[in-house]
Amino acid sequence: MKLQLRIWRQPSAAAPGRFERYELDGLAPTLTLLEALDLLNQRLSSEGKSPVSFESDCREGICGACGIVIQGRAHGGQTRRATCEVRVGDLDGAGEVTLEPFRARAFPLVRDLIVDRSAFDRVIQAGGYVSVRTGSAPEANTLPIAKQRAERALDAAACIGCGACVAACPNASAALFVGAKVSHLAALPQGGAERATRARALVAAADGEGFGACTSLGECHAACPKGIPLDVIAELSREVLRPHDP
Amino acid sequence: MNATAPAAAPPLETTPSTSRLDAHAPSGPLDGLWDLRKRELALSTRARRRDAHVLVIGSGLAGASAAASLSELGHRVTCLCFQDSPRRAHSVAAQGGINAAKNYQNDGDSADRLFYDTLKGGDFRSREANVFRLAQLSVSIIDQCVAQGVPFAREYSGQLANRSFGGALVSRTFYARGITGQQLLLGAYQALSKEAGRGLRLLARREVLDLIVHDGRARGVVARDLVSGAVEPILADAVVLATGGYANVFQLSTNAQGSNATAVVRAYQRGAAFANPAFVQFHPTCLPPSGDYQSKLLLMSEALRNDGRIWVPARAGDQRPPASIPEAERDYYLERAYPRYGNLAPRDIASRAAKARCDEGRGVGPSGRGVYLDLRDAAQREGAALLEERYGNLFEMYRRATVDDPLETPMVIFPAAHYSMGGLWVDYDLMSTLPGLFVIGEANFSDHGANRLGASALLQGLADGYFIAPPSVSGYLASTSLAPMSLSAPAVKEAVASVERRTRRLLGVSGRRTALEFHTRLGQLLWDGCGLSRNAADLERTRAAIGALEAEFWQDLRIVGGEHELNQELERAGRVADFLSLGQLMCLDALARNESAGCHHRVEHQTPDGEGQRDDAHYAHVAAWFYTGESTSPRLEHEPLVFKHLAPAPRNYR
Repeated sequence: MKLQLRIWRQPSAAAPGRFERYELDGLAPTLTLLEALDLLNQRLSSEGKSPVSFESDCREGICGACGIVIQGRAHGGQTRRATCEVRVGDLDGAGEVTLEPFRARAFPLVRDLIVDRSAFDRVIQAGGYVSVRTGSAPEANTLPIAKQRAERALDAAACIGCGACVAACPNASAALFVGAKVSHLAALPQGGAERATRARALVAAADGEGFGACTSLGECHAACPKGIPLDVIAELSREVLRPHDP
Repeated sequence: MNATAPAAAPPLETTPSTSRLDAHAPSGPLDGLWDLRKRELALSTRARRRDAHVLVIGSGLAGASAAASLSELGHRVTCLCFQDSPRRAHSVAAQGGINAAKNYQNDGDSADRLFYDTLKGGDFRSREANVFRLAQLSVSIIDQCVAQGVPFAREYSGQLANRSFGGALVSRTFYARGITGQQLLLGAYQALSKEAGRGLRLLARREVLDLIVHDGRARGVVARDLVSGAVEPILADAVVLATGGYANVFQLSTNAQGSNATAVVRAYQRGAAFANPAFVQFHPTCLPPSGDYQSKLLLMSEALRNDGRIWVPARAGDQRPPASIPEAERDYYLERAYPRYGNLAPRDIASRAAKARCDEGRGVGPSGRGVYLDLRDAAQREGAALLEERYGNLFEMYRRATVDDPLETPMVIFPAAHYSMGGLWVDYDLMSTLPGLFVIGEANFSDHGANRLGASALLQGLADGYFIAPPSVSGYLASTSLAPMSLSAPAVKEAVASVERRTRRLLGVSGRRTALEFHTRLGQLLWDGCGLSRNAADLERTRAAIGALEAEFWQDLRIVGGEHELNQELERAGRVADFLSLGQLMCLDALARNESAGCHHRVEHQTPDGEGQRDDAHYAHVAAWFYTGESTSPRLEHEPLVFKHLAPAPRNYR
């Protein structure tokens, strides 16, 4: 298969960027897009040209390191797929394929297709945890948790922190990301003691990082490789509005 | 010890006792050793703890849990990772579960039983005291993770659910669908995030390129900022390496792209002994390699072996589609050879058996390098819906990668390099032979012997990180008086200069081939010569071939770009250079171990039906290698393994 690529190249945040065109031929359709980029980089290196910088690590859709806007859609817009799970065959007939970084004010560009998503870490540091000290936990089965409740928590906890929700949102809102963590911990009794302050703290941190407001468009859910349910955002709002415990 | 396991045997006569290696394990009844050690470890005041700075390298299960717990203790902690966020460490990709001897199923489990399974699974090449402690701590880990909000699978009653993994007859594996590693890592990451708000320093996108050794003790590292390229020394009072394993030495493995051995190799070159480098595990349930440009091999959780039956056609060269092969012409070879454990035989056995079937010409799939994992019977017995609930995300991953539906046609699987049991040598307190350098998680060699049981990697990472490293490191700091040290110390300057020299050397080669080309070639050499089965002649040849490849690397490498910028080719080249050194050490170790043990299968040492044969009289030891210089052979020392509580018997899963 032949692949015509138009890739965003920008040496650093301070330098100007532009699109460059590349062509690859003889690709097996089962090859992943990132493996095709590996190949392209081999070629560029051997020609003495600068390879395309992009991030990836596990290459099985779980670490959240990869993230490219493919044909205008974060991760390429296929249902429940991260960039590393997109195969060359999926792009058959797409014509020229445009690859861009995730763009958002809170995700400053680092180089080419790499952006800085450390804002997500700082949001979690604002309260996305249960404060339990190592060694102080009670016997695990003393607190039964209904199966449905545990499943709901896991649906939300499956977020991989890739940032596609932000990249897909016209407002660059992090509501799905924040809602996922808040819903995960609100679903479980362990998170109860800090529940009254958690949602507000996380939302304030997200605002401070420059993420936008949610206007309920649902693009985030459509782009999410893990299918985080949209209702975590409704739950986030409920948690924010919950009266403070005395 | 309680007798769920065979009775005690007299200690074995083992190899020379000339070694300096001392595990420093307490002596006495096994189940009291860890309590005894905790009583012996020194404590200090909170004010003194605040003064002591601990550097944790890596943010996976072991690193994140250790950094968080040490910070809770009051130490100043800095945690480094090469990824853009600590949450991406490769522990995230573990699927199936974590073992714990809770005995919630009342099926006869206990710490003794987990100890026995782990020691036996590892083919009696691990240290009894460490393994027993691992089994004991397993129960606290589940408590800890549940308290953090890890959403483990539950029964309808609300109780925690379990499943079975290879090498065990009890059901003791806790899980969260097929994303257990991710959920446990997020628990540890959130603990880390909690401490980051209270003084713990997180440095992402930093790669450790050298260790600073002052007065014979580890006192810091030299790290490169992967965005700016700046090389910076970071001083500390103790260093904890939690940098994971080295299965990526094979290039095609289940590991992440960035998983590397650089920090571990550099520590080895600075004086930390490397133990059992030849012990690398191949995971039996991966997708077969499919082309020349593949970047990794996808893993399908071993949990599938609970319900899947593994088979190949009985006749070599049978090309019929699986559905057309009648029952009588299928060979369920694991069930046939191992009636007691069947499809749940340990990983090393299942992997070797798969490769043997393919070598006989009975392999399936387009390349002939594959065996079937068939869920047909389970789907008929329990219904497709239940299987979908149990393994949904694995099925989804498989459908994407192959376009086949595992519920309609059997999956095709093949072994892939997965996990390194070998690693830096550590004593009972997880300290290496270099004082002040602790090594935890997959990076050390401690608990899994010659073969790791499924669902025990997560267990070890968290046992080391939450429960063992914090009191051990803190105890070391309380009982050691360290001379003050500044950035102008000669050891710091020397380490920084060494990093800069190496970087310039890499950039200065100006040849024609990329680092990936060398890595691919290295992987092929190791797969052929130091893979699932080994023999002396091939090992000699492979070691020489890797040496030649290394020489070519330093003459023909090409890296585009410079050192003062984000340069992924430079990162990769540095890692491949270290893999080339490590590959030779693996061959050396495999040559020196003239027996078969677990994953280390020397064809010279097997029974007529292909089972590996241990040689306890000569090889019941840990092989620890000490670096002696770039152009000299490493020195081998033995730590004898003494089995006081379990008599080493031939592993029998039949």
